[in-house]
Amino acid sequence: MRVPPRDSTAYIVGFAAVVCLVCAIPIASAAVLLRPKQQQNQRIDRLSKVLGVAELMRAGERLSATDVESRFERSVVARAVELKTGAFTDAVDARTFDQRKAAGDLSTSHPVPPNEARVFRVPNHAVVYEVMKDGKVDALVLPIQGYGLWSTMYGFLALEADATTISGITFYEHGETPGLGGEIENPAWQAKWKGRKAFGDGGEVKVKVIKGAAGPPDDDPFRVDGLSGATITSRGVSHTLDFWLGPDGFGPFLDQYRAARREGGR
Amino acid sequence: MTSHALSLLVKSIFVENMALAFFLGMCSFLAVSKRISTAIGLGVAVTFVMALTVPVNNLLLRGLLREGALAWIHPSLETVDLSFLVFLSFIGTIAALVQIVEMAIERFAPALYGALGVFLPLIAVNCAILGGSLFMDQRDYDFGESVIFGVGSGLGWLLAIVALAAVREKLRYSNPPEALRGLGLTFMVTGLLAICFMAFAGVSL
Amino acid sequence: MLDKKSKAALVDPLFDDNPIGKQVLGICSALAVTTMLSTSVVMCLAVAGVLVASNVIISAIRNLIPSSIRIIVQLTIISSLVIVCDQVLKAYAYEVSKQLSVFVGLIITNCILMGRAEAFAMQNGPVPSFFDALGNAGGYSVVLVAVAFVRELFGSGSLMGVKVLPLVTEGGWYTPNGLLVLSPAAFFLIGGLIWALRVFKPKQVEKELVVHIPAESHGGAA
Repeated sequence: MRVPPRDSTAYIVGFAAVVCLVCAIPIASAAVLLRPKQQQNQRIDRLSKVLGVAELMRAGERLSATDVESRFERSVVARAVELKTGAFTDAVDARTFDQRKAAGDLSTSHPVPPNEARVFRVPNHAVVYEVMKDGKVDALVLPIQGYGLWSTMYGFLALEADATTISGITFYEHGETPGLGGEIENPAWQAKWKGRKAFGDGGEVKVKVIKGAAGPPDDDPFRVDGLSGATITSRGVSHTLDFWLGPDGFGPFLDQYRAARREGGR
Repeated sequence: MTSHALSLLVKSIFVENMALAFFLGMCSFLAVSKRISTAIGLGVAVTFVMALTVPVNNLLLRGLLREGALAWIHPSLETVDLSFLVFLSFIGTIAALVQIVEMAIERFAPALYGALGVFLPLIAVNCAILGGSLFMDQRDYDFGESVIFGVGSGLGWLLAIVALAAVREKLRYSNPPEALRGLGLTFMVTGLLAICFMAFAGVSL
Repeated sequence: MLDKKSKAALVDPLFDDNPIGKQVLGICSALAVTTMLSTSVVMCLAVAGVLVASNVIISAIRNLIPSSIRIIVQLTIISSLVIVCDQVLKAYAYEVSKQLSVFVGLIITNCILMGRAEAFAMQNGPVPSFFDALGNAGGYSVVLVAVAFVRELFGSGSLMGVKVLPLVTEGGWYTPNGLLVLSPAAFFLIGGLIWALRVFKPKQVEKELVVHIPAESHGGAA
């Protein structure tokens, strides 16, 4: 076969086609071959965040993927909740449910009234994690998100079995200023949440990040130390909890959960 | 919704300035900021291309690349996820659009071509343009948001390069140490500009 | 061992003809990742890998590429390499790839890649191109790692994520310099680095009012 000259249209089109074909092979094979590994990474990442906030994994502890998986299976149950009613549901699979994707899709989410956490839509369903101990629920882990200074902060809040006392909080994705607002990642600050009460006696969301330092949890149960130099981030964290523990977030679910617990059902 | 749009616009122009907060488009930012007039030319061209490519890439993403995006062709394609092709499709769209815009301007607005023409080819490989599209993907903007974000980021970049060019024109009359002259000093001025822009952090409307 | 040309291609970009200090290339996507040493090292490795591969591939087929679609062919090859690189990072270095976020993708528009492809690989054979890529990646890495070293050590009191200077917030004595973790610090550090480099290599000092627009040359060909 005779190759057409280098500047002819036929050669250019042919060359472009060959380049595309050749480039497609490594890209496609990399994407296909590495996909399972990538999906596993994402899953393990999410599971370890839950384990971390539930104090089933120490900060900085390195576990292999199988260890994370088995530790999670042993003591955590993921359950889907319908946010509006607060009831458990089997409408979505809690193991594979992608909450962020659901929140972005008009058919699987609903708008919420304007709020300070700047959440515009919430998904119809959310996944909560029950941390089990001796066959009983020992803690609840709820996904939370809200607007800080720069962008949305994503995290988890852990409540003790009474669904009122906070046992932990963590933020795993945020764009806050490193060293200032970015300190929401700091385990030392996160530890200050342990033992605070999220709700007042009337069931209203009462916990707040204040400016300056708060007292020990027993004397000062509703206030948490502010982050120095990061007033707006601190405020954003308060707003985030206000929203997600309130009526448009996990409020209905927590009410039902507490009612069920009082009856001794769970 | 309007307030959301406005705050996104302000955020993309000032708070998350492509050049000063994310270091994007730095090569041309430093090289073409010697004169205000050329800086304006490049800035306008970037804004123009950005306002065009971010929404187009958004459509591409939602119509072809995302997981399940192909379902409109046939329901059986619902599970196909082509998002690994994002980089290649984005850069392809950008290069093609720049080429088309260049030809269109040359044909229909020769005067504008005279002013912008030389800058257009520079833009295909400007990181700010690709960065704009990648941020759009990462932050999951819808079509309306992507239009605002594209325009805003472009304007922000324009503002930054014009400000730097203005400072550099004045710097010509200063007397810095020999070795600092030119590039070194430009970097430091850019740093100071970036600090100024940080004052916009947390502005909400 | 190396012929003269390859050696020059390897060694020159380290200091004499540094891609960042002299050629003003590749600063774009890179600086945002220099708050931590570990992300910078991974970024350097990624850029080096892609640069070496793209330079060798492009120079190997340089006589086959039709000149009219030269740029888009280079872009396609580079993008493909970056995609593979991104996929590998996501699979084997998930934590770091999350921190690098969009900046892995932005390697595509890293001016060093297009710049070296146009300026060197299109004119030279694969072997010198290989060393040219290695040298430029090295020069880029030197600057990136130096900046990251200062920023992480004095900004967060750690190196590669390991605490070196105990912070006040954790009961130590070191009050971190908050400016260093913010973006302007990177500009100051690079400005300072260029200043230092030019004090020792006075040949690189720019003459006032001389038309010297290096970064334009790589895109001007598009």
